[in-house]
Amino acid sequence: MTVKDLIEELKLTILVEGDLDREVTDCYIGDLLSWVMGRAPEDSVWLTVMGNINSIAVATLADVSCIVLVENAALDTDARNKANIHGVTILQTEENSYALAVKISGLLR
Amino acid sequence: MSNAIHLHYEVSGEDFTRAGEASGAVKKRLKSLGYSPDAIRRVAIAMYEAEINMVIHAEGGFCDVDIYPDRVEVLLSDRGPGIPDVEKAMQEGYSTAPANVRSLGFGAGMGLPNIKKYSDEMRIDTTIGVGTKLYLTVRVNQ
Repeated sequence: MTVKDLIEELKLTILVEGDLDREVTDCYIGDLLSWVMGRAPEDSVWLTVMGNINSIAVATLADVSCIVLVENAALDTDARNKANIHGVTILQTEENSYALAVKISGLLR
Repeated sequence: MSNAIHLHYEVSGEDFTRAGEASGAVKKRLKSLGYSPDAIRRVAIAMYEAEINMVIHAEGGFCDVDIYPDRVEVLLSDRGPGIPDVEKAMQEGYSTAPANVRSLGFGAGMGLPNIKKYSDEMRIDTTIGVGTKLYLTVRVNQ
């Protein structure tokens, strides 16, 4: 499953478009950045409400496939610019982490 | 050792949002040198945590990286207030970070524990009122 497939299946809004052909093999949920950075598996889709510039650094370092801002959490301007520079895909949905993760679980099977 | 690649970065203490530039640059460099993704990830995470610590607690500092074929050594030095109780600071969940930092998703008390977890060797030299030096080594299994 690619990021593009995920967007289509879950009707996610694209806020920043990076590499949409990247594979998604796992899913991780978390808002404490140190926690996420240490534990999010590579190539996972990361569900969070943290739309600040540090989230982009964490996404890059942990090498996740994309970020999904759940419950329509906002992406600030600095974060958007940095995501553009680093090619980090950022998506958004009105659903909460649990509801979205359940759907992702079905798709990754 | 003569075959090491040495990199030097200044970590700005003024701008919390710029933390991660040094670790990002080192990550890129290691990738281009062909190091394993696991080693790169461990170096990058440990360095980023240390950078964040320097920004939160010490108003920035310096980061020196030596890349050897079998290991990466990083020295992070600051002229901050020092760490009063290193043992406590090493405990998961213990944090002295202010509220504004917590609202950005940091201050979970995971910084030093994460650094220890991802490095193979770690040493802290800290003096109250003088500063802190953090040495870490990540071994590269090839």
